[in-house]
Amino acid sequence: MLPNLSRDEILRYSRHLLIPEVGLEGQRKLKNSSVLIIGTGGLGSPVSLYLAAAGIGRIGLVDYDVVDSSNLQRQVIHGTSTIGKLKVESAKAKLLDLNPDIQIDIFNEPYTSENALRIAKDYDIILDGTDNFPTRYLTNDVAVFLGKPNVYASIYRFDGQVSVFYAKEGPCYRCLFPEPPPPGLVPSCAEGGVLGVLPGTIGTLQATEALKVLLGIGEPLIGKLLLYNALDMTFDFVKLKKNPNCRVCGPNADIKELIDYEEFCGVPSHDHEDEGSAGAGMDITVQELSERIKTNHLKLLDVREPHELQISALPNAVNIPLGQLAARLSELDSADEMVIFCKSGNRSARGLELLASAGFKKAKNLKGGINAWAREVDQSLPLY
Amino acid sequence: MPVLRIPTPLRAYTNGQSNIAVAGSNISEALTDLTAQYPTIKPHLFNEGGELRPFVNLFLGENNIKDLQGVNTPIKDDDKLVLIPSIAGG
Repeated sequence: MLPNLSRDEILRYSRHLLIPEVGLEGQRKLKNSSVLIIGTGGLGSPVSLYLAAAGIGRIGLVDYDVVDSSNLQRQVIHGTSTIGKLKVESAKAKLLDLNPDIQIDIFNEPYTSENALRIAKDYDIILDGTDNFPTRYLTNDVAVFLGKPNVYASIYRFDGQVSVFYAKEGPCYRCLFPEPPPPGLVPSCAEGGVLGVLPGTIGTLQATEALKVLLGIGEPLIGKLLLYNALDMTFDFVKLKKNPNCRVCGPNADIKELIDYEEFCGVPSHDHEDEGSAGAGMDITVQELSERIKTNHLKLLDVREPHELQISALPNAVNIPLGQLAARLSELDSADEMVIFCKSGNRSARGLELLASAGFKKAKNLKGGINAWAREVDQSLPLY
Repeated sequence: MPVLRIPTPLRAYTNGQSNIAVAGSNISEALTDLTAQYPTIKPHLFNEGGELRPFVNLFLGENNIKDLQGVNTPIKDDDKLVLIPSIAGG
């Protein structure tokens, strides 16, 4: 039995009620629906705003982060006044202002193998708006095990992807991506950047797919992947098939319960990279560097992209972008004591591995990168 | 020649090029031509045994080559190949 709409709700949703594909019954279906949105960031902002406005009866938000100034270039559900506040609290206030008739459940915790089934089990569909591979595989597996649609979207710089992974009717995320890429191949948005409007474009497509699935109208992107490029302004579609060897939804699936996704992906399940480290004994801190640089001759190797040097730079550092390092090792001397750095210590940690495998034994990684230097040693440098 | 579309994360290895003309009568030959033009992309596509890495999704038109004849799939001059990247940003 679907819930009725109040007089106020009928007015609020009147533009929906006028569409025959939605109508009064469709709007009552939406009021009766529940969605879980993983991540309240770039994608989660437009997704939750539009689904709240559309009158989804209950929306769950999962995020453990706080609003940061660097989020606001794209995470439009938050604002300058909510910097420093919990993202789920900031988002809930905005959504209830937009639509006080709906219920917002907030989960201020990381989405993990321990809590994911408990959190997700009471929602009709799950929307994947996370920012890292471990949580994407977790979100997929939870959706497969619970038999729920996983409305998927993902972004990077100018590229976006959208699909509906629903193992009951088509392929799942693992059918397309059985394994994650090796750590470091695909930078996060914190590392590689993202056009601020891109999650707006892709998130509204994601919200559209969620509404279609909930209403049972149109042709959801089940078995199809949408590929968007903002620079070329292209929308391409490819067909996705169920992978008979899929380890979670195939006939011989061997993954029957949630696993350790950080171990599976080889990376932590968050993009907080402020403390980028190469591991025990491989790092030098910014304080150590600021002392040693006074007395010792240290070679400084900056592995960031050239355009990042315009934001902040250390004097006398040699710039070889990480992608070129393997081909340009001959420009370096393995006898030099060297400190390798980047924005926050993650790319340089991979650069250090490359140097070590090439016989550079006197190199160290600058923990936290030039951002740590800007925070703790030279506050005249900007953070980015 | 067939054109191979390179996703943003791999363009660091193709001098920023997004669409690359590749010579060959099948996908294997086209990829050999690609890695001859841009050698540093090779380890990102192939494992040490010379096989395509599992996370590499190559589509001919709208079909995954895994659903066709894999790297032995024949290709024509006006074919469009697309490498689909794993991206995780949100």
